[in-house]
Amino acid sequence: MYKLLRNPGHMELAMFAGIDPQSEGIARAKKLGIPTSYEGIKAILEDPEIRIVFDATSAKAHVRHAKMLREAGKIAIDLTPAARGPYVVPPVNLGAHLDKDNVNLITCGGQATIPLVHAVHRVVPVRYAEIVSTVASKSAGPGTRQNIDEFTFTTAHGLEAIGGAEQGKAIIILNPAEPPIIMRNTVYVIPATEEFDQGAIVASVDQMVAEVQQYVPGYRLKDAPVFDRRRTPWGERTVIAMLLEVEGAGDFLPPYAGNLDIMTSAAWRVGELFARHLLGIREEVAA
Amino acid sequence: MTAKTLKPPRVTDTTLRDGSHAMRHQFTREQVRAIVAALDEAGVPVIEVTHGDGLGGSSIQYGFSGTSELDLIEEAAKTAKRAKIAALLLPGIGTRKELAAAIERGITVVRIATQCTEADISEQHFGMAKEMGLETVGFLMMAHMRPPEFLAEQAAMMESYGADCVYIVDSAGAMLPDDVRRRVAALKERLSVQVGFHAHNNLGLAIGNTLAAIEEGADQVDGCLRGLGAGAGNAATELIAAVLDKLGINPGLDVFKLMDAAEYIVAPIMPYQPIPDRDAITIGYAGVYSTFLLHARHIAAEFGLDPREILVELGRRQAVAGQEDWILDVALDILRRKRGAEGAGDAREPAAAERTAD
Repeated sequence: MYKLLRNPGHMELAMFAGIDPQSEGIARAKKLGIPTSYEGIKAILEDPEIRIVFDATSAKAHVRHAKMLREAGKIAIDLTPAARGPYVVPPVNLGAHLDKDNVNLITCGGQATIPLVHAVHRVVPVRYAEIVSTVASKSAGPGTRQNIDEFTFTTAHGLEAIGGAEQGKAIIILNPAEPPIIMRNTVYVIPATEEFDQGAIVASVDQMVAEVQQYVPGYRLKDAPVFDRRRTPWGERTVIAMLLEVEGAGDFLPPYAGNLDIMTSAAWRVGELFARHLLGIREEVAA
Repeated sequence: MTAKTLKPPRVTDTTLRDGSHAMRHQFTREQVRAIVAALDEAGVPVIEVTHGDGLGGSSIQYGFSGTSELDLIEEAAKTAKRAKIAALLLPGIGTRKELAAAIERGITVVRIATQCTEADISEQHFGMAKEMGLETVGFLMMAHMRPPEFLAEQAAMMESYGADCVYIVDSAGAMLPDDVRRRVAALKERLSVQVGFHAHNNLGLAIGNTLAAIEEGADQVDGCLRGLGAGAGNAATELIAAVLDKLGINPGLDVFKLMDAAEYIVAPIMPYQPIPDRDAITIGYAGVYSTFLLHARHIAAEFGLDPREILVELGRRQAVAGQEDWILDVALDILRRKRGAEGAGDAREPAAAERTAD
């Protein structure tokens, strides 16, 4: 909501809907003069002007919503793990899905790490990609905590389906340090062959980081990719390690919660590209 | 010596799980068969067999397994005549998928471990384990980082999810006997299920701390033959047996058979004897995860750094269980700082001991 208010792009925030009339979110939206509804998705379905819906409810609710939104002719941008539509990571594959009526944003860890796996994959095929997302305890809500397995399944699947890895693995760690740590991700990649150009990989990664920074300014590699030799199930191999930090923009959530920021930023980006597509705007505009 | 009546604790041997770290996760089927047969014969009631970082731990982050942990679990379950086979699971690393596979291969106990502040990520795993009829143990890792009352709250959550026992886990080997007493006592006071304690020997206190826990009424304790485990290793199972026997609370362990197993089966296959050496003491002193030891040495050697400066910095950053990737990060930061400071003199930073939280 705050991202849309700060930078509406080609969108206009028409409604903020929830199910709890006492919710803090609804109160905030009201105060800002945004039309609100606490009858869930009903009011959204009834408004023909609404074309794009960001669903940040739960996987269970989105399964129901997906069908209703499709029937109402609306585009659903799914921030839950429901995955009724294809996975999208804006700089990797969104262009291929602008004709769909439902797309899924995978997980925060997926949004952060899949671009880097893809950046390697476009230079050399990836045998195995493994990511470790470390988020501040305070930024992991009850939904993540009660469904931590879904984070690892969904992210690992995204590393394969969108990142291009033959095999993906995801690990998530909650760190309770005070003051809270900024979201950190480590991306390990084992190329399918030892015949590759390190310089080309570094250049591809740099370019990808710049693309993600267009919509997540706090997205940065802490160091150049490290090429290390490790014992692996495929013999001693080169492992590329990339250390990534994601600092939130601090629009509403604290800056350490880069995990939440990258999801809302990716959602904004996806919404904006859908909006431009609907409006028939073709040229790429720098965000 | 307290006047309390001591009772025999249940001893779980975790040579084949915590020892997996020191073995760089290269245990073979033959080694598992020999160790399980010896432990079983000596009356050890529970034997834990898993990758050191729990189910699904085989990875770049923690080291790949030489033999699949599921195959090792199967071998252990086939070998044991009396002992129950247990597996460790860290939610966030392993999932219910790996748990289901381990049950299929013969585990009847699962130990579910979280950082001691994050017990609420374990609900779905306890739920599934109970549904499948397993005995369940909760592990509050890095328990030196939080005070006793806080840990009791987290332990109560695990109890509410279905834990049959909750452990205070001194993953960093950073606790002093009094730290152990107060933590075990807080859980005994709060929970209606059992309480356990898992020691590391980084400050040379593994056996002493285990005894302190037993004196506070701990129902379960952990050991590894020859102390084979992460960091400076764990309380040695054969030592626990000898000490419990002398205390008159031997829970049915054959002291001599355990001594023989440690000496003739485990010692010959160990790549090194874990001891509180310079780097391991640093781990206990700085309060960092014991498994960082070998990873920190590897990275320090690669970049020409001292493992101790890396470990101390990890303690300062409050790194928690499973954050092996921060070792590389810290090493690169130290290198960058050193390059920046070149010619600017040697600005030494004083080492800071991690105080146990109270």
